[in-house]
Amino acid sequence: MSRETVLDAIRRGLRRGPLPADQRAMLQSRLDAHPRHLIPARSRLDRPGQVALFLRNLEKEFATFSRVADAAAVPAAIAEYLAQQNLPSDIAIAPHPELQALPWAERPMLRLREGRAKASDAVSVQHAFAAIAETGTLMLPSAPERPTTLNLLPDTAIAVLRASRLVGALEEAWTLLRDELGGMPRNVMLVTGPSRSADIEQTLELGAHGPRRLHVVLIDDTP
Amino acid sequence: MHVATSPEFKQNAKRAIADPQLQKALARSGPSFIARRAAAVAALPEFEALREIGKQIKNHTLAHLDFYLETYAAKVEAAGGHVHWCADAAEARAVVLDICQKAGARTVTKGKSMISEEIAINDHLEKHGIQPVETDLGEYIIQLRHELPSHIIAPAFHLNREEWEEQFRKSHTDLPADRVFHERRDILTEARAKLRERFLAADVGITGANFLIAETGSSVIVTNEGNGDLTQTLPRVHIALASIEKMVPTLDDAAALLRLLARSATGQDMSVYTTFSTGARRPGDLDGPEEYHVVLLDNGRSAMLGTEFQDMLRCIRCAACMNHCPVYGAVGGHAYGWVYPGPMGSVLTPSLIGVEQSGHLPNASTFCGKCESVCPMKIPLPGMMRHWRERAFERHLMPTAQRSNLALWGFVARRPGLYRLATRAAALTLGLMGRKRGRFARLPFAGGWTAGRDLPAPEGDTFFARYARAQRQGTLGKGNQA
Ligand code: SF4
Repeated sequence: MSRETVLDAIRRGLRRGPLPADQRAMLQSRLDAHPRHLIPARSRLDRPGQVALFLRNLEKEFATFSRVADAAAVPAAIAEYLAQQNLPSDIAIAPHPELQALPWAERPMLRLREGRAKASDAVSVQHAFAAIAETGTLMLPSAPERPTTLNLLPDTAIAVLRASRLVGALEEAWTLLRDELGGMPRNVMLVTGPSRSADIEQTLELGAHGPRRLHVVLIDDTP
Repeated sequence: MHVATSPEFKQNAKRAIADPQLQKALARSGPSFIARRAAAVAALPEFEALREIGKQIKNHTLAHLDFYLETYAAKVEAAGGHVHWCADAAEARAVVLDICQKAGARTVTKGKSMISEEIAINDHLEKHGIQPVETDLGEYIIQLRHELPSHIIAPAFHLNREEWEEQFRKSHTDLPADRVFHERRDILTEARAKLRERFLAADVGITGANFLIAETGSSVIVTNEGNGDLTQTLPRVHIALASIEKMVPTLDDAAALLRLLARSATGQDMSVYTTFSTGARRPGDLDGPEEYHVVLLDNGRSAMLGTEFQDMLRCIRCAACMNHCPVYGAVGGHAYGWVYPGPMGSVLTPSLIGVEQSGHLPNASTFCGKCESVCPMKIPLPGMMRHWRERAFERHLMPTAQRSNLALWGFVARRPGLYRLATRAAALTLGLMGRKRGRFARLPFAGGWTAGRDLPAPEGDTFFARYARAQRQGTLGKGNQA
C-alpha cells in the first residue's frame, strides 16, 4: 500500500516534514471544537418563522406536507394523504418507538409492515430525526429503528417530523446529532425534496431513482 | 487510462462547431445553467462572504493535508471501514478489482464519479469479466454510447432527446421496438425500470465522494437522482472513490462548502440527497453494506502542492467555470479530449496527465475571466492557464503562445455572441484588475504575458497564529474563523 508514498509526496510538496506534536495538537483541537462559520441570516427566525420558512422551502422543492396538532392525528393525516393521491394503503414503516406509539388501530385501512424497504413497497413512513428550515431539508440518520432503504426504494416517501426538531441551519442539526447520538451513524441522509433528474436536455423531471413524492407530516408540538 | 485527444483540441473544436446536433444541445443547455446559478446566488446575500470562507477552509486543509488524511483514515478504520491509499490510477484500478473479485462480484453498480472516469475503471472491470453499470441517468446513456461525459455534473450535456430515444431503442431490445416516447418523462421511466433491476442484482456499489470528513471519517455524496444512495446502500460492498483533495476537517466545514456547491452547480439551495457514509453496517442495522472501502487516490495531486497550481486543489467540481465559459459553450466538453473539460479541465488535465499530453488546452480560453469570477472557491483559473502556457512554451511544445492565442481570439471574434460575452467579461475583469493593482499587469489579448502569480503563501502559519490568538481570547468554537 502506498500510504507512506502519498504522505511523503504531500510533505515534499508542502516543503516540510511531519508536523510537530504541538501543531498536531492545535489541529486536533480545531477538530474537537469544530468551529462554525458564517450562518446565513435567512434562518435566524423565531420558531413560527422557522416553521413557515421550512414549509415554504418544502414546497419550493416539490415536496408536500400536512400539519397536525398532535401525534395522535398522524395516522389520519397519512390515510387522508394516501386517499387523496390514490395510493395503496400498504405501508413499509420504520420500527421507531415514536411511530410505534401512534394510534394506528384507529385507521384499520392502513396495513403496516415494520422494517427495511423492499423493492415492491409503494409507500414508506420514516421518522425524521431533525429538519433544517434554511433549505427545507430532512435529516435522516440510519439506525436499527430508521432503515435507510425506506428513504429510497418506495415511490412515495412520507416522513413524520415534530416541529420541536426543526432547526435553522445545518450546523444546528449537527449539534443535535453530536449531542444525542454520540458519534456518527453509518449513514446520514439530508433529503431536500423528491428525487429528480435534469439529465435529459437539462429539463427537470421528478422521480428519477428515488421517490417521486415526498410528503412531510409535521406535528405542531411547540407553541 | 483514456487516451487523451487533447492535443487535437483545435481539430476537435472545428468538428464540434460543425456539428448541428451538438450546437443545438449547447444552445439549449448553456443559458439555463447560467440563469439558475444567478438566481440562487442573488437569493443569498452572504454568498460572496461564503466564497472567501470556502477558500480559507480549503487552503487550511491543503496546508495540513497529511494530518487530515491520517486522522480521517484512522476514523474510517475505527468505524469498521478500510482505506486504500493509491499513488496512481493503476494502483487504484488494481485495488478496486481486487475488492470486487474477493466479493465474487459479477455486476457492479456505479454512482457518478469523475475519479472513476479518471482511472477508467469500467474498462478494467470489463476486461476481467465484471460488468459495471452506470446508474446516474446521464452516465448511463454515456456508457451505452461508449462515450466520455461531456460535462462534470451533466454528463449527457451534449445529447438531445432524439439521441436518447434512439439509443434506448437500440439498447433495450427486450422492449417493443415501436414503443412511443411521448415526453421526456417516458425516457426517464424506462431508464428507472431498467436500472432498478440492476440495483437489486449488484454485488458491489461504487460511488465517488464530494467530500471526505476528517472529524468523523465520512465520505459524502451529493446527488439529485438518488442513484448514488441506492448504489451505496443495496449491495453487500460499498467502494467510495475519492482523491486526496476532497478532504475537509469537520462537518461544520462541510456545511459551509455545501452552501456554495449546489448553488454554483445547478442553482439549487441544496441538492436533493446529501449523504454522509461512515463505515460498514452497524449491529442491529436492517440495511446498508457489510463492507465499506475508500480508495484514496493521489494520481498527481500531491505534485501540485507547493506549485502555482496548488489553488486548483480547492476545486469542488461544481462546473460553474465551464457553464460560464464562452469556449466551452461553443465547442462542448468532448473537444477538450480527456475527462475534465472547461477551464478547470484546462488547468487540471496538464497537471494530471502531463502538459505534453494536453497540447493546446491551456489556450482553450479567451482569458475573459468569467470562470474565475464565478468559481465558488475563487480559483484563479486564467492565471493558471497562463502558467501552463508558459511552461509548454519553455518546452517548445507550442508554436508561440501568442500566435495560438490570437488564433483562438480570431475563432471567438468570428462569433458575435461569443465575442460580446467575452469582451464584456474581459472589460469587467480589466476594470477590476486595474483598480486593484493600479496598473494593468496582465492584459488579456495584449501580449504581455509576463505576470506570474506569487506562490500561495503557506496557510499554516496564519492558522496557528490565528489559533493561538483565538485561544487567548477564548473565542474558539464560537466565531467564524476557519
Ligand atoms: S474550478 Fe471552480 S468553478 Fe470550476 S468546477 Fe472547480 S470549483 Fe467549480
